[in-house]
Amino acid sequence: MLITSSLTRRNISRVKPQSFSFFSSSIEVELPKFKVHRLEESELPTKATTTKSELLNYYKDMALMRRVEIVSDMLYKNKWIRGFCHLYDGQESITVGMEAALTMEDHIINAYRDHTTAMGRGHTSYQIIAEMMQRSTGSSKGKGGSMHYYSSKNNFYGGNGIVGAQVPVGTGVAFGIKYEGKKQVCVSMYGDGAANQGQIYEAANMAGLWKLPIIYTCENNKYAMGTSVERHAHNTDFYKRGDLIPGIRCEANNVFAVRELYKWGKKYCTDGKGPLFFELQTYRYHGHSMSDPGITYRTREEVTEYRKTQDPILLVKKWILEHDIATEKYLKEIDKEIRARIDEEVEQIKNDPMPAPEELMTEIYEGQETEKPYIRNVDMISSINKNFE
Amino acid sequence: MFLRNAYRKSHASTKRFFASVAVDYDFSETPNLDEIHLKSPKKKTKINLCTAIRDAMDTAMETDDSSIHFGEDVKFGGVFRCSVGLLEKYGNDRVFNTPLCEQGIAGFAIGTACSGATTIAEMQFADYIFPAFDQIVNEAAKYRYRSGDEFNCGSLTIRTPCSAVGHGAHYHSQSPEAYFAHTPGLVLVMPRSPIQAKGLLLSSIRSKDPVIFFEPKALYRIAEEEVPDEDYEIPLGQAEVLTEGSDVTLVGYGIQMRKLILAAEMAKKDGISCEVIDLRTILPWDADTVEQSVKKTGRLIVSHEAPITNGFASEVSSKIQERCFLHLEAPIKRVCGYDTPFPLVYEPIYLPDQYKVYEAIKQTVNF
Repeated sequence: MLITSSLTRRNISRVKPQSFSFFSSSIEVELPKFKVHRLEESELPTKATTTKSELLNYYKDMALMRRVEIVSDMLYKNKWIRGFCHLYDGQESITVGMEAALTMEDHIINAYRDHTTAMGRGHTSYQIIAEMMQRSTGSSKGKGGSMHYYSSKNNFYGGNGIVGAQVPVGTGVAFGIKYEGKKQVCVSMYGDGAANQGQIYEAANMAGLWKLPIIYTCENNKYAMGTSVERHAHNTDFYKRGDLIPGIRCEANNVFAVRELYKWGKKYCTDGKGPLFFELQTYRYHGHSMSDPGITYRTREEVTEYRKTQDPILLVKKWILEHDIATEKYLKEIDKEIRARIDEEVEQIKNDPMPAPEELMTEIYEGQETEKPYIRNVDMISSINKNFE
Repeated sequence: MFLRNAYRKSHASTKRFFASVAVDYDFSETPNLDEIHLKSPKKKTKINLCTAIRDAMDTAMETDDSSIHFGEDVKFGGVFRCSVGLLEKYGNDRVFNTPLCEQGIAGFAIGTACSGATTIAEMQFADYIFPAFDQIVNEAAKYRYRSGDEFNCGSLTIRTPCSAVGHGAHYHSQSPEAYFAHTPGLVLVMPRSPIQAKGLLLSSIRSKDPVIFFEPKALYRIAEEEVPDEDYEIPLGQAEVLTEGSDVTLVGYGIQMRKLILAAEMAKKDGISCEVIDLRTILPWDADTVEQSVKKTGRLIVSHEAPITNGFASEVSSKIQERCFLHLEAPIKRVCGYDTPFPLVYEPIYLPDQYKVYEAIKQTVNF
């Protein structure tokens, strides 16, 4: 909750709710059924309670996250963003639900589809877009780009470019938690495609042996790049892939299902019961990356159908309207404000400076930050040396 | 400040990149008939490097029933469209997708190869080859030796797109050839053009040793020339002298050849005559051709995109120094990438472009 409200405060401040007393009463939401592996279904939550203001906050956060992705798409197509770029739109309920259950003391490590996860971990939309546009105002000083967001303050280990490589790293982080006796959990995220990388199971074996507080989270968005799960995975029940490690499958377009699942999972792990495998069923609207139009291996109708019937933001919107929390017009107002705000930010980012050229040579080894190495280019003026600036 | 202004707009860097590989310069060549034996040299088609690769695989699969092609997403043509149409022609049994598991792909490929199938495996990017490093270095390269030639995976070819592409950043731009060049038993090939790519890939597929075939991905679309339609091979392990010269020898491979050619053109205007040599096969490499040339010119510049320290240029420079010490008029120079991770921002500064090579030529000649 902490994250959600702070994210909202920071990013969307101008739209004020009409009356505060209106928001205090609680609402009960029925959760979709979880599928379990080596667990009893009865152990898992079936209901979630929320408040009107919380629902509105979820809407605002998710709408903001989606807008960042839509704008990134446009910026990429206009060549403002270079590098490889993987968009998260359609999967927002995962970040929002997960962050509502965890605290910043908990740890997250992710792969390259990470803009939204980074926003959940405290990065602003400004930092996110500036990083993609290679500006020094970006999250990683413009040196990483789309796949590389990190926050040591908020225990977010990135942002990793190689499929599956982050999972053993997360396992090491979980060992650190246990070693230091902390009541925390590490969430190690990967996609359904990465689920076929051997190193995930090497890591899971260690986590199982040593009962590490880690939640292996498979975001199953149905396609490993251009190959559907049925064609790339022998066992498509990714929650069962941990073998002796218990697993749960969750319909992750429902933000409350994700939230309650992680609350439950965090308790399980911090009680010292060992690792878990979660499979979050979700869907990405864009292609795998910007070079993939996303409709050569699936139909346009399939995408449209999901958008119409299972979109995570639409679901929140439906609850908001059902409980008379806000009018459609009011939500449109929020969307409009987010849109204007991001547009404003983008214009400002365009005028932000690139990193200093000497940044090319810094941060490769420890203690290089202050050095200004000499890079001899062809003409003296362009050479990187403070004497010539 | 000059630089900061020059790169103010991020797409300026891409423009610089494509300027540095010079799209407007005509690199197209005609087949060297002394080396490429053609039955009907007149039958040729203007195609790019991507299509040349496809052509070679098509030819290999047509002439060899046991050949198979697999990798991540190759079924619908691969992310670079190098295998378009192969599925339709050869069917599911011979052209298929694998899961995303590079170590698995490499190990599986070694298995199919040593059990008799001509295997063409694709690693989607050379940057992703590292999970497969163990399989390639410990299993593939040593199979023949450790089994006393009982088994080998000579019919294995691993294709992988490598090198800079203008905006690939850390994990879509690397040139990892030097890591593998430290492994006896492997053959490493990198072509500079479509004609070369087709002939070298066919040789690689048919070679009796495991080959890693690096494809400079920036050339896929921009390199175009009249490629012979027929089945032809270019021998492995042989360098090619592209231009003869008398003052300095320039050695490189892959996309770097374009930069060497441009630098040689620039030097020519100053009256410096460069001999340009394409290694083509990086391991085992053709030291004799380079030696001969350096004994004539007395000067050597070696260039590649990968970082300078322990790059393949180090090996070339060391061996040629041993063989040509008394012939050298100047220290051997290496023009390579800096010792940094492959950068997202300032890629053009990182890359050893034709201007850096040109400057090295001047320094070497005026030593």
